[in-house]
Amino acid sequence: MIPAKFEYYRPTDLAGVISILEEHGDDARVVAGGHSLIPMMKLRMADVPHLIDIQDVEGLSGISVSDGTVTIGAMTTQAELIDSADLTAAAPILREAALQIADPQVRYMGTIGGNVANGDPGNDMPGLMQCLDASFTLFGPDGERKVPARDFYEAAYMTEREDEEILTAISFAVPNGGYAYEKQKRKIGDYATAAAAVQLVMEGGNCTFASIAMTNLSDTPIWSEAAADALTGTSLDGAAVDAAVEAMLGDIDPTEDNRGPIEFKRHAAATILRRAIARAASRA
Amino acid sequence: MNDLTPDRDERVANLKGMGCSRKRVEDVRFTQGKGNYVDDVKLPGMLHSDFVRSPYAHARIKSINIDAAMALDGVVAVLTAKDLEPLGLHWMPTLAGDKQMVLADGKVLFQGQEVAFVVAKDRYIAADAVELVEVEYEELPVIVDPFKSLESDVVLREDLDPTADGAHGPRKHHNHIFTWEVGDEKATNEVLDEAEVVAEDMFYYHRTHPCPLETCGSVASMDKVNGKLTLWGTFQAPHVVRTVASLLSGIEEHNIRVISPDIGGGFGNKVGVYPGYVCSIVASIVTGKPVKWIEDRMENLMSTAFARDYWMKGKISATKEGKITSVHCHVTADHGAFDACADPTKFPAGFMNICTGSYDIPVAYLGVDGVYTNKAPGGVSYRCSFRVTEAVYFIERMIEVLAIELNMDPAELRRINFIKKEQFPYKAALGWEYDSGDYHTAWDKALKAVDYDGLRAEQAQRVEDFKAGKTRKLMGIGLSFFTEIVGAGPVKNCDILGMGMFDSCEIRIHPTGSAIARLGTISQGQGHATTFAQILASEIGISADSITIEEGDTDTAPYGLGTYGSRSTPVAGAATAMAGRKIRAKAQMIAAYLLEVHDDDVEFDVDRFVVKGAPERFKTMKEIAYAAYNQAIPGVEPGLEAVSYYDPPNMTYPFGAYVCVMDIDVDTGVPDIRRFYALDDCGTRINPMVIEGQVHGGLTEALAVALGQEIAYDDMGNVKTGTLMDFFLPTAWETPNYETDYTVTPSPHHPIGAKGVGESPHVGGVPCFSNAVNDAFKAFGLRHTQMPHDHWRIWKTANGLGLHD
Repeated sequence: MIPAKFEYYRPTDLAGVISILEEHGDDARVVAGGHSLIPMMKLRMADVPHLIDIQDVEGLSGISVSDGTVTIGAMTTQAELIDSADLTAAAPILREAALQIADPQVRYMGTIGGNVANGDPGNDMPGLMQCLDASFTLFGPDGERKVPARDFYEAAYMTEREDEEILTAISFAVPNGGYAYEKQKRKIGDYATAAAAVQLVMEGGNCTFASIAMTNLSDTPIWSEAAADALTGTSLDGAAVDAAVEAMLGDIDPTEDNRGPIEFKRHAAATILRRAIARAASRA
Repeated sequence: MNDLTPDRDERVANLKGMGCSRKRVEDVRFTQGKGNYVDDVKLPGMLHSDFVRSPYAHARIKSINIDAAMALDGVVAVLTAKDLEPLGLHWMPTLAGDKQMVLADGKVLFQGQEVAFVVAKDRYIAADAVELVEVEYEELPVIVDPFKSLESDVVLREDLDPTADGAHGPRKHHNHIFTWEVGDEKATNEVLDEAEVVAEDMFYYHRTHPCPLETCGSVASMDKVNGKLTLWGTFQAPHVVRTVASLLSGIEEHNIRVISPDIGGGFGNKVGVYPGYVCSIVASIVTGKPVKWIEDRMENLMSTAFARDYWMKGKISATKEGKITSVHCHVTADHGAFDACADPTKFPAGFMNICTGSYDIPVAYLGVDGVYTNKAPGGVSYRCSFRVTEAVYFIERMIEVLAIELNMDPAELRRINFIKKEQFPYKAALGWEYDSGDYHTAWDKALKAVDYDGLRAEQAQRVEDFKAGKTRKLMGIGLSFFTEIVGAGPVKNCDILGMGMFDSCEIRIHPTGSAIARLGTISQGQGHATTFAQILASEIGISADSITIEEGDTDTAPYGLGTYGSRSTPVAGAATAMAGRKIRAKAQMIAAYLLEVHDDDVEFDVDRFVVKGAPERFKTMKEIAYAAYNQAIPGVEPGLEAVSYYDPPNMTYPFGAYVCVMDIDVDTGVPDIRRFYALDDCGTRINPMVIEGQVHGGLTEALAVALGQEIAYDDMGNVKTGTLMDFFLPTAWETPNYETDYTVTPSPHHPIGAKGVGESPHVGGVPCFSNAVNDAFKAFGLRHTQMPHDHWRIWKTANGLGLHD
C-alpha cells in the first residue's frame, strides 16, 4: 500500500491543468477527491507519474439551479450534494443516490466529477447521469465541449474524455415526476450488486415519460431505452413492468465476482428495478 | 479517634472493585489517538522493510536476482533464504510441531508467501525495491481442496520424509499431516447402527481471518555494544516469543527484551510467529540498526494466520423421543502449506473434542485429519478457545438437523438433552470435565425473554403468507446454546512447545498505599488495566484507581503464556487474586501488630483491617502499606509485595443461550436481523460494562463470519478476498441491536469464580446466526446450507428450493 514515486502539481487555474496534461499525456492524471485514484496508486494498479491536484482551481465547485437546468461543478462533494436544499428540491434522486455511496467520511472527500469521470462501472453517479440525460462539460486545449452522459462511457475506465481534457461540470434539465435510486450492496462502502435509477412521469394514471439506468451490471452504466419504452404509455401494470424488466435484462451483461454469479445478479437486477419502478411510481 | 466516615457502602463504592461498571482506563488514550502501537515506535537510524511475495500458490523458484534492487539508492539489504540458511533461520518451527519457511527455500506453497526481505532507509524505497527484485518462477500444479490433496500425486511438502511420522503420529499420504482420534469409535458406531433415529450431514466451516484493525509488525533493535536485542511487536504471547527467539537465535534469554506495546486487536492472529518478526531480527543483527517491519492490510489477509477451514462430517443418533444416544464427527482440516496452528501441543485439533456440546451424550467419537494445501498457514482460534467455535457450530447444526429428522422443536430437543445441574462436575464422553453449569435455567430464561412460542406462531403465519403470495420475506429463528472451554490450562495437559500454560501476577504496594501489578498476559483491547485492577481492589482493599496494571514487557513482567483463548481472567485473573491474598495475609500481621492485638483478632473489611467486634479500631490498607515500609515490625520483613504463578486445576466452562430473529428477502438474499438476545453465564462478573462490550464485539464478529466474512481462493490458489472491499468487516451500519442478559454460575475451582467471556459471544453467535438462516427455509425442505450466508448464497438456497419459480 505504498505508491510509486510521482510528481505532485497544484495548479490554480484550468490553463495550468491543461498545460500539464498536454505535456505529459496519459502519464498525468487529475485527482479530485482521490478516493478511487489514490487507493489504485497505493496498490500500484495505477501508474501515475504526474498527479494534478485540482482543489485550488477556482470555479470548479458549486451547485446552481436556474432556468430549469441544474449545473454542478465537478469538484462538488457528495456531502455537498446531500446538503443542498436547492438540488434536493430540483432533483431529489441525487440526494437519494449520494446517501447510498460509500460512507460519510468518503462523501466529504469524494466528488461528483471524479465519480463520473473515472469510468468505474461500480460508481453510482454515471448511471444516474444517464437516467437524467445529463451532459458533461469537458475542457481541453481546444476549449470547451459537451458530451452526453449516455455517450460518455466506452468500457471500464475508458471514456470519451481525451487525455488532455478535464471534466469541469455536469448539467441536466430539472427532472419531472417520480424518482428512485435503488441499490443492493453487501455492506457500507461497497459498490452495487445491482442498482437502478428510475425517473417516471405519470399523467392521468398513464406513464408519459420513463428513464431507466442500471449500475454495475456491465462494464459501463446501462441506460435501457427499451426498458423505458416498455413503461411509456402504460399504467405501469404488471405486464408493463415485466416487459421493462425483460428489456433491461436484455441490455445488461453482468460478470461473476465476489458479489455472486451471473444468474444471481440478473435476478437481483430485476428485483431492484421492480422496486425502483414501484417507488418512483409512488412518488410520481 | 478513628473517624467512621465514610460509611461502608461508600468505601465499597470508592474501591471500584469487582462487580462495578468501572469505565475503561485505557480508553482515555485510545479515544484520543494517543495509543502507542508498534508502528509508533520510532528509533534513531531505524531502517524499514518490505517483502517480495509470491504471486503464485505453488511454484518452484528458479532464480532470484537482487542486483537491480540493491542498486537502488537507499536500499541497505535484500535477504533471501540463502542469507538466512547459515544462521539456520531460513525455516522456523511452528507452534504445531511442524516447520515453516521464513523465506522461500526453493519453492513457494501459497500466494503471498514471503520470498525476499528488502531493507531500506525509508518505507517508500523499500516498496520500490520490492518491484526490482527479479524472481523466476516455474509454476506447479495447485491444490486448494483438502479432499483432492489427499488423492493427489503432487507432493506439496518435498522437505518432509513421506514415510516418517509427523509431530502427531503416522501420516497416511504425502499431503497428510496427522490423524487425531478421541473417544470410542467402535462403541459409537454400534449405537448408530442400532439407533431409532440417525441424522447426518456435512458442515463446512469456511476459512476466514481474524483481521485485527492493527496489522502485524515488529521493530527489532540489536545493540551490538551490550549484546542486547530489543524486540517490539504485535505479540499476544510476548514471553513465549522471547523464549522462542532465544532458542532459535542462540542469544541468551536475559539478553532479549520483548515488548508488546498497545495492540490493536488480536483475536488469535497475533499468537504465532511470522517471518516478518524473524527477518526484522536478522536484519537488525546484520545491519546493526533498528529494523521495522509493518505489514499492510492485503498482506495481513493473505499471509497471516487464517481461522477455521474445517469440513465436519457428522452423525447423531437418538431415541424416537429425542434422547441423544451418540455422536460421531470426522473432520478434514485444511491447514494450508504448513501446520502452524496455535494449539496446545498435545491437541492438534485444539479442543475440538468439546463437540458433544452442552448435551449429555453417553458415547461419542471424534477423528480429525489434518491436510496440506496451497493456502496460507494458520488455523488460529479467531476469538475462541482452540477450535471451540468449530465444535459448537458442529453440534448446534447437528442438533438442528436432528430436530428436523425427529420432527421436533429444536428448543425442546436441546432441553431434554442438556446436562443437568446436578450432574456437574460432568465428565463428557470425549474426556473433558465440565466444572459447573445450570443450562436449563439459562435456556428457560432466554426462551421466555424472547417469547419463543409467540415467535414460532408468527413464523408459521409468515410461511402461510409467503405461500399465499402476500410476502416475499421469510422469518428465521436462530437458536444456540453453547458451552465454551477456556482458560488453558492445567500444565499437566496444556503446553505450547513444552512451555506450561500457567500465568502470573506480581504485585508491589507502594508506601503511600497505591500499587502496581504486572502480569504475564497482554491486553489487545480487552481492558485488562481496568478489570485486573478491580480484582485486586476487592482482594487488597486499595482503590482500583490507585492500581497500575502493566503487561507486555518481558524485562519487567513475570513470565506468562499470554492472552488468547479467553485465558486471561481464568488464569492470570486467578494469579492476581492469589497474589492479592498473599498481600492481604501480610497486611493482616502488620495490622494486628499496629493495633496491638493477635493476628486472629483482626478481620478484613473492604479497605482495612478491623479489630473483631470493635469497628472503630482499624488500620486502613494505606496505613498498613506505610507501616510495612517505614516501621520496624519484629519478625516481619519490610515491604509489601507478592507474586503468584497460577496453574489452574481445570479449564472453566462458560456457557450461554442465544436467540436470533431474522427476516430474509428471498429475492435479493438480504438478511435483516430483527432481534438478537444473548444470555451469557461467565461465572462471577468482574465488570458488567466490559462484559457487555465484549459480548457486543464477539457477536459482531460472529455476524461477520456467519454472513459473509471469508478468505476465498480460486482454483489457481489466488486469494479472492484480499482487501476490505471483499473481506467483510462489519461497521456500525451492519450491526444490529443486541439485548444482553446473564445468569451467574461461578466456577467452583477459580479463586473468584470467574470463567472468561471475551470469546463466548463469538462461539455462540456464529451458530445462532447460521441457524436463523437455515431455520427460515426449514418449512420449504431445507436441512442445511453452508456458511457464509452472504446475499448470493442465501439467494441460491432460495432458488434451489424453488422459491423463485
